[in-house]
Amino acid sequence: MKSASEFFAMGGYAFYVWGSFGVTFVCLVAEVWLLQQRRATLLKRLIALHGRKG
Amino acid sequence: MAMRDLHIFRFAAPKLFYGLAGKMIPWFVVLAVLFTLAGLYVSFIVAPADAQQGEAYRIIFIHVPAAWMSMFLYLLMAGYAGMSLVFKTRLSAMMARSLAPTGALFTFIALWTGALWGKPMWGAWWVWDARLTSELILLFLYLGFLALQAAIDDVQRADKAGAILALVGAVNVPIIYFSVKWWNTLHQGASVSMTKSPSMAATMLTGMLLMALACWMYSIAVSLARVRCEILERDRQTTWVNELIGDMKK
Repeated sequence: MKSASEFFAMGGYAFYVWGSFGVTFVCLVAEVWLLQQRRATLLKRLIALHGRKG
Repeated sequence: MAMRDLHIFRFAAPKLFYGLAGKMIPWFVVLAVLFTLAGLYVSFIVAPADAQQGEAYRIIFIHVPAAWMSMFLYLLMAGYAGMSLVFKTRLSAMMARSLAPTGALFTFIALWTGALWGKPMWGAWWVWDARLTSELILLFLYLGFLALQAAIDDVQRADKAGAILALVGAVNVPIIYFSVKWWNTLHQGASVSMTKSPSMAATMLTGMLLMALACWMYSIAVSLARVRCEILERDRQTTWVNELIGDMKK
């Protein structure tokens, strides 16, 4: 079993390996967050408009 | 019983699909999390370092699934776009539009992780190789599709224009896939081929497939969530959305 520091060093390729997985993770989290924002804004607008016109 | 109750296209009605999608999303989220955990475990703990590439090869565990997704999602999007043109089904157009941002995202991830792999292995972030160039064109096709739809106010016209662009652009997908065969590229050949046994160790293949499944489950979950927004936006003046919003107010 490798030590934690050895594991994170990725044999000298830490920047490339974690840069790949890190950016992927950030992208996916951002997509989910934006989607939640979109739904929340949409529902707010629809609720505000509800019942305005007959 | 009315004819439409028997119809297999019942869930093609946006109203019914809205509810169905809402029930499906949590399952796909759970599956996405499980496959991600299993995939990362195999990719980082089980799979040994590569003899030639050392630890840097672990990038392929995200790079290859992302590249697959970028192509699969495009074909799926073009398929829905084609259906919306031929059958005029409203839901197909909404599905096409909902798949595009996620497809663009995976295309970006494939290019990004490819650059981070290319730098230590080839000594260059980017080369104008057939595989890389055609994948970059795929990103522009996704962005063009999104921009075109956003630029046209009339929804039906936007759907039609987007569908034509998506279908014409679909020719790029086989170009990406076969580019490593057709041209003498720097990019290596297919990691997993349908005609011959995979040229890699079984654990590597397992890790890659688990990550690919995780990407699939994730894509399905976010696309369903997005199509639900799309349905609400387009059907906002209908009775069923009015009732739904009325129930939320209580």
